[in-house]
Amino acid sequence: MNESTPATAAPLARLIDELYKLPGIGPKSAQRLAYYLLRMPAEEARALASAIVEVKERVTFCSICQNVTEVDPCRICMDGERDRSIICVVEEPLDILAIERTQSYRGMHHVLHGAISPIDGIGPEDLKVSELLQRLRSGEVREIILATNPNLEGEATAMYLTRLLRPLGVLITRLARGLPVGGDLEYADDVTLKRALEGRQEIES
Amino acid sequence: MSAPRMYKTEAVILRQRRLGEADRILCIYTPAYGKMDVKARGVRKTTSRMSGHLQPLTCCMLQLAQGHVNDVVAGCETLESFQPLRENLDRLSRGLYAAELIDRFAPERMHSFPTYRLFVETLRRLAEAEDLDQTLRFFEMRLLDQCGFRPELEACSGCGSRLEAVDNSFAPISGGVVCHVCAGGIAGAGVLSLNGLKVLRLLQHGSYNDAMRVRIEGPLAREVETHLRSFIVSVLERDVNAAAFIERLRREGARHAVEA
Repeated sequence: MNESTPATAAPLARLIDELYKLPGIGPKSAQRLAYYLLRMPAEEARALASAIVEVKERVTFCSICQNVTEVDPCRICMDGERDRSIICVVEEPLDILAIERTQSYRGMHHVLHGAISPIDGIGPEDLKVSELLQRLRSGEVREIILATNPNLEGEATAMYLTRLLRPLGVLITRLARGLPVGGDLEYADDVTLKRALEGRQEIES
Repeated sequence: MSAPRMYKTEAVILRQRRLGEADRILCIYTPAYGKMDVKARGVRKTTSRMSGHLQPLTCCMLQLAQGHVNDVVAGCETLESFQPLRENLDRLSRGLYAAELIDRFAPERMHSFPTYRLFVETLRRLAEAEDLDQTLRFFEMRLLDQCGFRPELEACSGCGSRLEAVDNSFAPISGGVVCHVCAGGIAGAGVLSLNGLKVLRLLQHGSYNDAMRVRIEGPLAREVETHLRSFIVSVLERDVNAAAFIERLRREGARHAVEA
């Protein structure tokens, strides 16, 4: 993208080109970041470079849950105190962090690494679906929690997995959907409000 | 006269992609402005008041503010959510296929009242229809027609001679049906049965109700689908992504039926 000009040294132009490849980074942001890195103390720049190299060399995918990990199997899969009969299926590794933060789930996880998006050409074959089926063959699992995002792609993925897993005889559940904490009823859309009404619960005294 | 700083438009969300921390770029289809990309700020947060209204295949009323690159969604309200589409994978996959075709065919920022109406009506039909594939075939034929790519079904598109009531061929590269004399020299020409030709003509000339009154099943339905798909791929010069997913669902559905 950036040809080396008299105004830009070749290594700097190369750095700008590499930063420009990152998601959400435009040409101007790439230039700003490159000049920021240039002014950074050499130690900090080296630490950043080694962190990038290390993450590529040492971090891998857990062969069981497909989460990112530096030891295979990952710590969650090795934890003997977790309930192995429940698997929570999520789209991305970051979703596991969100669920673990609640400290109210002690089952296992499975990361699909994406969601079905037919319009973008992303189908089940691009996700870690066959690995999930492999885990179910042991017969140990009795419940699958579909925790894909409550958007169109997430719903499509959940519907596809339901269709695929139902013949296997495991209980399939979906995270509850409805009004978010702090939200206003008057701004709720039809779909959310309908599901909130369907999922209403008796108030316990 | 310059466009107003804030304006309202009806729109259907075609697709979306992530932007930054919590924003999305939405590709929307509108009757007055055609296809356009708009920015929706903060809609990936669970507390967003707009995210539910801005899901793909939702028809909504948008209030847009002019932006430097993309206009920005300032307010929105759902007009139709086509709920049955979201609750059935077969319906949803067909709805996404229709949205992808609109995305590929519609030019940016060009008004498109008839095509917008066709698209919204198709989403309504896909939410209710029993024969989803026949509904899609009607949509495909009308969309080609409205976008200026009407397939020639009355005369041979090679030599212009009147078609005989026998099996002919369909050649996307020639623009429609070709007689058996011309078919030999055209790459990609496939056999089109007489019944296949009649169905294509019905889709081209008849109303939606006329088209749905005839039950098209089995090999004949596949023949019509194959020819229309090859025509669309030829016009677009690329595959339709959602078609592969529909095909997969069909394959897996047939396998499950056999196993059951």
